[in-house]
Amino acid sequence: MLLIHCPYCQEERPELEFRNGGEAHIARSRDIAAESDEAFEAFFFIRTNPKGLVYERWRHIHGCGRFFNAVRDSVTDKFLRVYKAGEPKPADVMKNLPEHSAWENIPPADQNVETPARDRVSTDGEA
Amino acid sequence: MVEAITVKRRGALDHRLETINGVSLQPAKPARRVSLRAEPDGLAPLSKALGLDLPTKPKTSALADGRSALWLGPDEWLVIDESEDAEPLKDLAEVTVLHSAVDISHRNVAIIVSGSKAADVINAGCPQDLGLQAFPVGACSRTVLGKIEIVLLRTAPDTFRVECWRSFADYAFSYLSDAARGV
Repeated sequence: MLLIHCPYCQEERPELEFRNGGEAHIARSRDIAAESDEAFEAFFFIRTNPKGLVYERWRHIHGCGRFFNAVRDSVTDKFLRVYKAGEPKPADVMKNLPEHSAWENIPPADQNVETPARDRVSTDGEA
Repeated sequence: MVEAITVKRRGALDHRLETINGVSLQPAKPARRVSLRAEPDGLAPLSKALGLDLPTKPKTSALADGRSALWLGPDEWLVIDESEDAEPLKDLAEVTVLHSAVDISHRNVAIIVSGSKAADVINAGCPQDLGLQAFPVGACSRTVLGKIEIVLLRTAPDTFRVECWRSFADYAFSYLSDAARGV
């Protein structure tokens, strides 16, 4: 079981007490009626969903009940940082990481692996 | 002919009492409970009205005169009073500072779990560290027990108070007695 540090309870608690609250730092427009359809779609539906570091909201729902933010590695599930709701994105999380980790979105060409050749699709014999 | 009708309130766990493997499970007696929410600047007047210092440190509780206040969140406390004629809600009614106090006396019931293996029994469904170092006497926390949410309070080194919602009381009691059979 994961132990998640709650910044309000100031200690690590079992993951069963928490609930994920989706991507963090998505600000709702102050005048939502004036938003264009495209801007509203981006706000409401479009998420970054990266492979690697994700900034997420979490809620200690079966504990203190508070929402807080966390930086998590979506590949290893490791929580790198937790901080209270309303605090800015921590800038130094990226700095302390090794340059090329398995979790990073490295283009295949830079990964020292050969891109698998696609099988040729034969159209012979098809009507 | 007129028959006298008497009405009696029945507790959710009346007559359920078990001692298994040295762990005793018994329903706590009826208590007044208040869910209290307030901002930090309201703490002093509210503490004065309640007659105890509302705890501000996570996972701690305060006890005075049979009345206890449990820290549940940065702005949330559970006040439990077991004395006969206690009226915590009335005591709070005079406070003018902004707060919310809701009587939840009948929403919750409590089970007293005691015995040398009490922590093991609760740990069967609760993932928190219940060692005396991490969860000392007086420590309290909202947490989970199996499939339900509970509020856990350690009243003595080998005694816990498990507060759960009334409709979940049967589940909680059965869960704990099953767990006691296994320790």
